[in-house]
Amino acid sequence: MKITRTGFFRLTGLATLAQAGRKLRAAAAPKRWAMVVDAQKCLRDRGCTKCLQACHRAHNVPQFRERNHQIAWIWKEPFERAFPSQRSAYTAETFKDKPVLVLCNHCDNPPCVRVCPTRATWKRADGLVMMDWHRCIGCRYCVAACPYGSRSFNWVDPRPRIAELNADFPTRTQGVVEKCTFCEERLARGQAPACVEACPDKALVFGNLADPASEVRKLLRGRYSIRRKPELGTQPQVFYIV
Amino acid sequence: MRDRGIILAGLAVFLGLITFPAWYNLARGATSKGPELKLPATEKQCVAPTLYMRRSHMELLVNWREQVVREGNRTYRTPDGRIYPVSLTGACLVRCHIVKADFCDRCHSYAAVKGPYCWDCHVDPKLVRRNAP
Repeated sequence: MKITRTGFFRLTGLATLAQAGRKLRAAAAPKRWAMVVDAQKCLRDRGCTKCLQACHRAHNVPQFRERNHQIAWIWKEPFERAFPSQRSAYTAETFKDKPVLVLCNHCDNPPCVRVCPTRATWKRADGLVMMDWHRCIGCRYCVAACPYGSRSFNWVDPRPRIAELNADFPTRTQGVVEKCTFCEERLARGQAPACVEACPDKALVFGNLADPASEVRKLLRGRYSIRRKPELGTQPQVFYIV
Repeated sequence: MRDRGIILAGLAVFLGLITFPAWYNLARGATSKGPELKLPATEKQCVAPTLYMRRSHMELLVNWREQVVREGNRTYRTPDGRIYPVSLTGACLVRCHIVKADFCDRCHSYAAVKGPYCWDCHVDPKLVRRNAP
């Protein structure tokens, strides 16, 4: 079949229309991705770092020993630092100083998105706070805006510090900010995020908040949960069952 | 006319200098034929007509990038109905142009195109396999 220039453009236009139609259909079935972390389950094994490893391997996250160069998409933070409003002289022994898993909260009202001058970071219709590393100019406004420290900046070329390159995912360059994307590339293939899949205790649960029958909604209905710094009004979408 | 010798010698040197690139290329055996690309063995037709790809592959790649990153649309239907994943390293480099150096790099170095910076971030799957223990 011979393709003319006009034919090529016509078909491209049709494909765009089809894509718009698909989007409309998707809008009819709303999605809101969220994560529930069962902090008590996670604390059971203090030494486990399977989720961190899985994430950092999957996304070519460089490992720096120098503290000011460190880059992390998901890491452990002492309970009272992750939840400063829960701090008191009488914090329960179960949590005091214990490491809690933290990652990007994919806020409903993300301050990082509001400050990005190039729209390199934005909130998708399904609630993910996405990043377009092609567009990031490295101004670090988002790093300053995020109250959770979820964003890391590449001060030096990260490539030499990646132990094992994964060809299925790009690396970043010097001068680019990076953070957790809720494994958007895995969600597109219908898989759960890498950390969720790697957790041996099933302490991480991922799902659609817009669906009342989803596992996350069931968990949140039945158990008491807290969120990080809710007083800031960012509406974080990572819930901690305590 | 006493300076005739000097003038002619100067002219000869001048002509030699400005035609140097032509002589240099002739001596090196470079021709205007263009680079020899290794075409994929399995596929006959690229995702778009060859002429379009030759001229505008960078625009197609930029569109693909916007499609995937910003719209989340990861499949591409060619005008003649074939379906490809929208991915530089997951489709172009895996399905067809398996050796980047024999295709992308050859033309880019011939045309003296600096960069492109795709490879500062995207990983050539072949390189990873070679480095794997």
